[in-house]
Amino acid sequence: MTEAPSYYKSPTVAGYPDVSYEEKARLFDEVKSDIRFSDYLYGCYECGICVAACPSARFYDFSPRRVAQAAAREDVELVYQQMQEDIWECSQCFSCLRCPRGNNPGGIITIMREVAINNGLASAKEALEGYSRIIYKIMSTGTQVSPDMLQPDAFPDWGPETGDVSNNLDLWRRALPSETLHTTSTGWDVSDKTLVELYLIWLHTGALDMIADVDTSLHSILQDVMEERLEEEGIEL
Amino acid sequence: MTTIPVEALLRKKERFERGEDHRALEDPTAELLRLEEQGELVVQKIQGDVVTVPTKYGREKRIQKGHLWHHKSCGQCGHIPGYSTSIFWVMRKLGYDYHDPRDQTSCTAWNYYASATSNVAAQAAVAVRNFAAAQETGYFPLVHCGTSYGHYKEVREELLTHPELRTEVREIMGKLGKDLVFPEELVHYSEWFYAMRDEIAALQTRDLSGVRVTVHPACHYYKLVEGDAIYDPDVYGGQRTAVVTGLAERLGADVREYSTWFDCCGFGFRHILVQRDFTRSFATMRKIEVMKEEADPDVVLTHDTGCVTTLDKSQFAAKAHERNVGVAVMSEAQFAALAMGAHPYKVCQLHWHSADYRPLLEKMGIDWEQAWAEFQEGLKKLEKGDKRYLDWDDVD
Ligand code: SF4
Ligand code: SF4
Repeated sequence: MTEAPSYYKSPTVAGYPDVSYEEKARLFDEVKSDIRFSDYLYGCYECGICVAACPSARFYDFSPRRVAQAAAREDVELVYQQMQEDIWECSQCFSCLRCPRGNNPGGIITIMREVAINNGLASAKEALEGYSRIIYKIMSTGTQVSPDMLQPDAFPDWGPETGDVSNNLDLWRRALPSETLHTTSTGWDVSDKTLVELYLIWLHTGALDMIADVDTSLHSILQDVMEERLEEEGIEL
Repeated sequence: MTTIPVEALLRKKERFERGEDHRALEDPTAELLRLEEQGELVVQKIQGDVVTVPTKYGREKRIQKGHLWHHKSCGQCGHIPGYSTSIFWVMRKLGYDYHDPRDQTSCTAWNYYASATSNVAAQAAVAVRNFAAAQETGYFPLVHCGTSYGHYKEVREELLTHPELRTEVREIMGKLGKDLVFPEELVHYSEWFYAMRDEIAALQTRDLSGVRVTVHPACHYYKLVEGDAIYDPDVYGGQRTAVVTGLAERLGADVREYSTWFDCCGFGFRHILVQRDFTRSFATMRKIEVMKEEADPDVVLTHDTGCVTTLDKSQFAAKAHERNVGVAVMSEAQFAALAMGAHPYKVCQLHWHSADYRPLLEKMGIDWEQAWAEFQEGLKKLEKGDKRYLDWDDVD
């Protein structure tokens, strides 16, 4: 099939006319081939219960029902449009799991996001702008937010306490009675052996490669960090 | 004219038949043990004293009391450290031994839910690596973060239902010299607090009877793979999860109702970091303001890192817009520690919080000015170089 049936989203409305139907169908096939897809979708009653529970539906032009519905009808044009326009609004809270049909719209969105990343879609690049530092932190240190990220210029809307934390950071961290929490550049103290194991996981599962298309410089920095560490440990890849 | 795609729906219907082996595993523990018997994986067993608690659909869940491996949380350790120190402090007071490992990574799910820069196999391998590390020490894992707990349950379900994923993860673990290890139960710290509520209340030193509390249950605790969250017929008639509320009630606090309890806090994973207008709006308009109007709480208690952060930090900017905000936010671990006489700064580390907690402390009979002066004394020791770090002897 090279064209959508007439009752599906028309390409002129769905947009992205420069992307072929075949390419859109290929991406949807990638979504459907994820091992979780058949656990996450059983069709849709279109009852809207997920929408009523969804925080993102309240503040954005966004609907988990539309996502479930498009996937169940296999509306290739609409699924593509959602991958470019909607999926990054989801808060991944999984309130939509109260679906009476047993669907998991948030889970379908997780898969759609992964496919968007893997294929370097514009929406993925845009969503991750300003997020590189966080990916770097988690993949290189094994902890996601570190105390030294709490800077008043990054969090001006969090109130004056953010300034107090950053001014007293080293001292306040040393006042914590838990031995692993004296760190400032990681959430807690992570041993070298643990990091080596984490790096091997990122490399062996292809998780590191996923970043190559969406943020090339981050990818090469992370690759250098990991490979250097593994080399020091005498581990050949 | 739009045509209703009846044919397409009928054609698809076949595809949506539920297989016997998919979804809603009734007893994941039994399934884990079955696979262990077949040599597919290794199950770390619960040991020693145990409390049995009821779960949503009636399966009994066993909570190991002591000898626990503390699976820490990025957000707690990074910017609400009093959350973690309170958990440790309560455990010490109750006389249970624990291990606070360096051989632990984050579950990495915060980043995964925010950016999708990972995949099923990587997420499962990280989980299994952490569990294998726990098993090597003999201590049983206790998961601090609501998202880690929910995500690990997702991982467990995926591993149990997809043999090809087990094979992939087993191979990766082989390269790390580890087995595919999974604990007999996934236990969240708030389940431990709920299970230990009588022992905690027995050591209570502060009266909380006048303290008005609202509870925000964390989405990833009870919505994500919901089956083995704790539900108790005596708490909300078993219609909502009993953790947090069960403990607060046992400590004698005045737990109050509000209508948006099911709503999430607005954290959003990516949103809290780079799209905070959404997070702030949701947290204040759907949660804090509704609680204020309907329940007038002295404190909001919750049991996940993201929720404490979101509900606490979102109030500052909302105040500038003259919204009806201004409620202290903390974990029930910090609240329980305060009830047991813990120091508000040396143990509960409330100076890392933003919403004003001082009126609450006054209501609990705590002189926060004096407590702050005592904390400053401890800091002076560090500044003078008498000590490099404060330790548990300094805070008791
Ligand atoms: S997971 Fe996403 S789609 Fe589902 S309720 Fe939450 S925000 Fe909405
Ligand atoms: S709750 Fe389920 S069945 Fe109802 S609209 Fe949402 S996905 Fe469809």
